Amino acid sequence: MAHRVPAVSMRHITKEFAGKVVANRDVSLDIYRGEILALLGENGSGKTTLMNMLSGIYYPDAGEIQIDGKPVNIGSPKDAFDHGIGMIHQHFKLVNVFTAAENIVLGLKEKGRFDLAAASERIRQICDAYGFDVDPNQKVYDMSVSQKQTVEIVKLLYRGAEILILDEPTAVLTPQETDKLFAVLRNMRDDGKAIIIITHKLHEVLDISDRVVVLRKGEYVGEMATAETTAQEMTNMMVGRQVSLNIDRPPVEMDYRMERIRVKNLTVRNHDGVVKLDDVSFTAYTGEILGIAGISGSGQKELLEAIAGLQPVESGSIEYVVDATGPTEEVEQLIGMDPIKIAQMGVVLSFVPEDRLGMGLVASMDLTDNMMLRSFRDGTSPFTDRKAPRHLAELVVDELEVNTPGVSTPVRRLSGGNVQKVLVGREIAAAPTVLLSAYAVRGLDVNSSYLIYDLLNRQKGNGVAVVYVGEDLDVLLELCDRILVLCGGKVSGIVDGRTTTKNEVGMMMTKLGGGEA
Amino acid sequence: MIHITKRKEMPLPQALAIRLLAIALSLVVCGVITAVMTGLNPLDVYGTMIKGAFGTQRKIWILLQEIAILLCVALALTPAFRMKFWNLGGEGQILVGSLASAACMICLGDKVPNALLILLMAVASVAAGAVWAGIPAIFKARWNTNETLFTLMMNYVATQLVAYFVIVWEVPKGSGNIGIINQSTEAGWFPQLFGYKYLLNIILVALLTVAMHVYLTYSKHGYEISVVGESASTARYVGIKVDRVIVRTLLLSGAVCGFAGLLLVGGTSHTLTTTIAGGRGFTAVMVAWLAKFNPAIMAASSFLLVFMGNGAGEISTAYGLNHSFGDILTGIILFFIIGCEFFISYKVHFAKKEGERVV
Repeated sequence: MAHRVPAVSMRHITKEFAGKVVANRDVSLDIYRGEILALLGENGSGKTTLMNMLSGIYYPDAGEIQIDGKPVNIGSPKDAFDHGIGMIHQHFKLVNVFTAAENIVLGLKEKGRFDLAAASERIRQICDAYGFDVDPNQKVYDMSVSQKQTVEIVKLLYRGAEILILDEPTAVLTPQETDKLFAVLRNMRDDGKAIIIITHKLHEVLDISDRVVVLRKGEYVGEMATAETTAQEMTNMMVGRQVSLNIDRPPVEMDYRMERIRVKNLTVRNHDGVVKLDDVSFTAYTGEILGIAGISGSGQKELLEAIAGLQPVESGSIEYVVDATGPTEEVEQLIGMDPIKIAQMGVVLSFVPEDRLGMGLVASMDLTDNMMLRSFRDGTSPFTDRKAPRHLAELVVDELEVNTPGVSTPVRRLSGGNVQKVLVGREIAAAPTVLLSAYAVRGLDVNSSYLIYDLLNRQKGNGVAVVYVGEDLDVLLELCDRILVLCGGKVSGIVDGRTTTKNEVGMMMTKLGGGEA
Repeated sequence: MIHITKRKEMPLPQALAIRLLAIALSLVVCGVITAVMTGLNPLDVYGTMIKGAFGTQRKIWILLQEIAILLCVALALTPAFRMKFWNLGGEGQILVGSLASAACMICLGDKVPNALLILLMAVASVAAGAVWAGIPAIFKARWNTNETLFTLMMNYVATQLVAYFVIVWEVPKGSGNIGIINQSTEAGWFPQLFGYKYLLNIILVALLTVAMHVYLTYSKHGYEISVVGESASTARYVGIKVDRVIVRTLLLSGAVCGFAGLLLVGGTSHTLTTTIAGGRGFTAVMVAWLAKFNPAIMAASSFLLVFMGNGAGEISTAYGLNHSFGDILTGIILFFIIGCEFFISYKVHFAKKEGERVV
């Protein structure tokens, strides 16, 4: 490759924030046409910052960027675009009430009359050429996340982007949508575009990229051809030491195992009257991790929220078994209860929701104030007591190694992994008997993910009934004792995590009961 | 080439220095504009403004009293704003509060002892304001109606209601005015503390400022308000009853606006007109925003706006200038004060120069 001129060459790039935090130090890397480069690193390793400098959002403090061998000055996203560089961010920038075509041409200064029909035609051509599935006349608010992402990509291509940067594009996609995205990325690569994909998911790196560059703590660690490396090697480079990629699964203590949550014939409709859960029955036991698998939107959210008292239920029952050892079983019905009533019954039910900053925490409040979200009502005083929450915040920061300037920092300033540690830390600190978690490791890097697995396993060891809704089948199969598979709101089956296979679970996710069609 | 980057938290002294610099700059610009447009010496004009605000003891009392009322309304709006409930109905809530006070004074003036009358006025005006804000709150909580429009429309209803009662109680008949209520008996008039007419108003608002700060920062209610404002789904997740918090907070907001109406009728003007609120329901929005909903800083922003308003009145009479000229100066000063926030949140770099200059 050495004889080719790189499409982009970043030389000795350094970027500091507020004069203190070094986001990138002396990073150099090359990107060639007709290749997909994976930029790999843990959260906070400076991947996004580096790419933001290429796309004109930040300006490097030192270093040089060359396009096709010529030094350039990229001072704004427009400059970047004039050099054919386009970036797709994690948060999409589309106007909801506009159609795909309107969004794509928005802000373009083309000569002559504004001709949406001609634009639509060009969009169709681009879609055909690369295999995108976009209807130019569909409104954005009608689109799924994956469709919106596609519109963003087409928008860049329409404007003639030659160098595309995708910031964790798969974080919001289902496995099927990811496959589709990767297919079009390969088409674009074969068409001679240079593509950079920011990620921390190793299997995606192996799946899609030709070359991988690893960053650690803002510095360039190394690069290699993807075909010549392994997940283990990349992890070690990324983390900086040898790490085990196996997830522990301690055996279930069968002697102490008892029923804890008994869901019977649960049916739930959402606001629009659509059935999200249909006659769901299962039992969660103490001292075990029950995995919930399913294509996204199969009713996982509604199931957890129904148990947590946040979701109105149409029919069925959710029983909390207080004590099954006595002569008569003592149970509490959770349906019709809100979170406060559930807590007042003495049921300590912790819930780590999918939307961490929008539901589990208050983004603008500091760690201390977030710690008291659940406990602030305690006591009869009309005033809040911040002493205990501050201690708890300090404890969580200490024990879970939360990277934060202090407990008075708003949680929105923390990185994704640290936000999740704060949330999980608070929920576990309540000493729950039931721990519900939704996509607990989504967006987290390897280190943080393993810390979360470890925390869940410790809860299991303490006899907590853990419910783990996950999307990564490999993790579900390694971590969970039993896996409940949802398919379109129905229970497709419950399998033993130790004996089942990825294939079996995958089949059950797409078709009730699994089995061949 | 210019680059703009977001700053991390700026240390307080530096932020304060930027704000003071902005005010100084705004005064320079105002001075230039004054000199160019009117030919007057800007220093004389500033001097007149200061004299207009602080010139005599009476003027100082009026200034303080105006600040107190404006601050009271801003304090009323704050809990709602912290909850991101945009209560633009302060005007109407003040009006119904004033109406309730005036009604008590007129109907019960000679029937009950004065202390009891004032107590009844307080209860009535606070309740009236609370109801006026509570109605849009209930609609918002139940049916998620748009609170901005709803509270705004309630202002017009309140104005018409007051207009009606002004005709009912007008003295003398046909004048279209109520005139000073209970002029002879002074029933329902606030007592003068140490012989100062406005002192009671000022003390009451000062106490309210402290109380509101404590309520918002240290109480469980205040915490709930912040959570609901930030994210309703987080609030539901931890079991906060969002509907109840909305209604409860707006009852409080309206009640304090009603209380401002009480101060206006019982403490200051002893009459009722449709313009008694004087736009304070809207000016207070600016006071609250300028102070970023911090009660202590609101005292400063109320001072600024009242001072500018009084000063503008003074220069228009002293130099025969149009009253709008004072508004122009106020506008320029506000522009600088709000504009300097940009430099507090962002850093501007000028590249391609020796080193980096920070503005």
